[in-house]
Amino acid sequence: MTQLLLFNVTNGLIIGAFYVLMALGLSLILNLSNVINFAHGGFLVIGGYIAYAITPYLGFWGALLLAPPLTAVIGLVVERALIRPLYGRDPLYSLLLTFGLAFMIEDGTRFIWGPQGKPVTIPAFLAQPLSNDLFFITGYRLFMVAVVMVAVTLLFLLLRYTRLGIRIRAGTLDLETVAALGINVQMLRSLNFAVGIFLAGLSGVLAAGQLGLEPTMGTGLLMPSFIAIIVGGIGSLPGTLVGGLLIGVASGLTAVFLPAASEAVIYVMMAVVLLLRPRGLFGEEGMMS
Amino acid sequence: MNVLEINDVTKRFGNLVAVRDVSLNVAKGEMCAIIGPNGAGKTTFFNLISGFFPPTSGAINFDGRDITRLATHQRVARGMARTFQITEIFPELTVFENVRIAAEVAGGYRLRPWINRSEKGEIHRRVEETLKLVALEAKTDRLVGELAHGDQRAAEIAMALALKPHLLLLDEPTAGMGDQETFQITQLIRRLHRDNDYTIVLIEHDMRVVFNLADRICVLDQGRMLAQGTPQEIAANETVQAAYLGNAA
Amino acid sequence: MSAEQIRKLIVLAAIWIILILAPYWMVPLGGYTALATRVLVLGLAAMSVNFLLGFTGVLSFGHAAYFGLGAYGTGLTLKFLAPSTPLALVAGMLLGGVCGAILGTLIVRRRGVYFAMVTIAFGQVFYYIAFQWSSLTGGDDGLRGFSRQPIDFGLFKLDILSDANTFYFFVLFCFALAVGAMGFILRSPFGRTMIAIRENERRSRFLGIPVERHIWIAFTLSCFFMGFAGALYALVNNFADPRGLHYSQSGDFVMMAVMGGMRSFWGPLLGAAVFVILQDYLSSITVNWMSFVGLLFVLVVLFFPRGLLGVFRRSKA
Repeated sequence: MTQLLLFNVTNGLIIGAFYVLMALGLSLILNLSNVINFAHGGFLVIGGYIAYAITPYLGFWGALLLAPPLTAVIGLVVERALIRPLYGRDPLYSLLLTFGLAFMIEDGTRFIWGPQGKPVTIPAFLAQPLSNDLFFITGYRLFMVAVVMVAVTLLFLLLRYTRLGIRIRAGTLDLETVAALGINVQMLRSLNFAVGIFLAGLSGVLAAGQLGLEPTMGTGLLMPSFIAIIVGGIGSLPGTLVGGLLIGVASGLTAVFLPAASEAVIYVMMAVVLLLRPRGLFGEEGMMS
Repeated sequence: MNVLEINDVTKRFGNLVAVRDVSLNVAKGEMCAIIGPNGAGKTTFFNLISGFFPPTSGAINFDGRDITRLATHQRVARGMARTFQITEIFPELTVFENVRIAAEVAGGYRLRPWINRSEKGEIHRRVEETLKLVALEAKTDRLVGELAHGDQRAAEIAMALALKPHLLLLDEPTAGMGDQETFQITQLIRRLHRDNDYTIVLIEHDMRVVFNLADRICVLDQGRMLAQGTPQEIAANETVQAAYLGNAA
Repeated sequence: MSAEQIRKLIVLAAIWIILILAPYWMVPLGGYTALATRVLVLGLAAMSVNFLLGFTGVLSFGHAAYFGLGAYGTGLTLKFLAPSTPLALVAGMLLGGVCGAILGTLIVRRRGVYFAMVTIAFGQVFYYIAFQWSSLTGGDDGLRGFSRQPIDFGLFKLDILSDANTFYFFVLFCFALAVGAMGFILRSPFGRTMIAIRENERRSRFLGIPVERHIWIAFTLSCFFMGFAGALYALVNNFADPRGLHYSQSGDFVMMAVMGGMRSFWGPLLGAAVFVILQDYLSSITVNWMSFVGLLFVLVVLFFPRGLLGVFRRSKA
């Protein structure tokens, strides 16, 4: 029983780590620019496929290092060309745009690389399980969690101590004042978007190694990311972090007792949070109202 | 009976005390002006009265009943109407349509899928009366968003009047207006006060308006009520002069 | 009657004439009646979304869920309860509407993008249920095994099952009922409060309108209309699809409304026609039609946000 429990909770934590990585990127973009990036899953896929393309030349580590920044650059271009014109307008339009973008990315990757899943080779030593008993804790899974932890730590350090980070946080609270202080708000939004997409690209590389690579893999992670943000509280990055882990673990735990409900439970959690504390666990009153 | 009784209200935002222990009584038919330097807490005070947020402490009575915890739309239903420093209107509807919505809500028709002919006639009459009161009857079919600033403000006041309020709250009604428009609005407010007996509380920066219209002036400074009295008393008050008026009045 | 009113009446008459004669002018143009039926139903769905989006100004993106619920309600009724088309339609409409009413209470506490996110997430719950509860709903394959039943009026029978034209006129009749109700509501004092909320929420509140409550009512009404549209849709193909509940379907409906013109009453119907025909055409000529649909979204948003009928600045119901 404990093995089963451990297995599922670990699974839950690992999935939760993924949700966190995705949701943080989504949250960053949402908080500063008021844009729900439906194409976030698409950027995850792009990250994965870029890794796939790079691996034959630079190996797994090269892919891990290069794919996220490359994805971020693509994100930057997309933001500049397509999303920037929409900032002053009704949020409906950016929603529809990223929505259409998601379609294009999914179909585009299918067009370029075909609908079949693609294998991404990970270094052999990572593929080994830790021990025979804990067979499900492979080196790769530990590695993934480690990467997520590093990424999240770096993100929070960036936000807390760098100029860019401080401006992003200020912009989230009051973009008008930030602009009035002479800061280039356009650039700020672009860079913020790029950071968010970087995280999506990173998720893509990691996911490729774990889940295999195919055009539709981004959409499965998008909804849980939404829910992580809603549960954790809009406007709060720590909240998103907690939200992602919570729903991952809840999902894992439920899989032990009621496997069919393991996906449904995150929706139930969202409903409960909305009933009892509509602003989310760490959300601030008045954000996004 | 006092229309409005505000007892020792305080409003705290975290560590910032925007309004501190302010009390005010407004009698029926009175026009009370609230003045004070920027940041004195005037708008916060107004927001407390109109129900934007509840006070941290203190109580507000309206027509003898405690409304401290009531939401905005409930206070409006009890007879409180407010205009805003930046005119809040329905820009893409006509003047008539703007005031009609106010009249329909005030008449209790807001949930109705259908109104019969006589009810419709009554609403139309109310709208026309109100528009005449604010001298906009020539412009009923113009889009409010296209009107001049002064007319927009008049339209906003018309919407407030269509609610048949017991209390009119006017937030800087002459804000952003030139002399001509200021004169127009001031005349309107005076008419409403003298001829139609409305109870009015207003925030104003323009001292000519304040001293010409108000029965009573309240001076706020740094969240506190510095002084209250007739225009003459306030003009003579040295503390007020020091804090705000300088040597102007 | 003023010139303006006469103009409106003529436009209205023209629209209805086009709709009534559709089976006859479509065929020479290479169309077929079932296509017209589909356009009507999807157009109704788009108009229902627009009821909320264009007229109340509320950004609801998960609305397809109630459409799908309507479809499943109808299919399940016909399959398990009684072979009665009217009953099935009512059941579908009720399922969509009641779920909307209940969820609406949770959703209207927030606005803007948060509201959109929550509507999407809730919509997905139903998608997920339809997918998982395969014993009842048929899961991924969708709900089959039912068909629209001929309607017996005693004196005569409406064979909507085998005659495409009869079915089209039946759907047109239902469409007329729904659209009539919608127009009626929008012209009423309540409808005017919806528009007020769209125009200036703060001012609406300060006129004494309990904004959240009115939004909930508008939301619920639009869910009833959506449920009705979904119910009709199930009858079109005798099939209910879980994909009809997915948020991408919601995106399609919103896009139809935007393409046709959100501020106009009939815009979404036009948008639905264009969208359906375009999508049909694209999927027949290329396997990558999805990218083109996505491209369409992007292009419309960037260059054509007012939609086809949006060129006219003010259009009343």
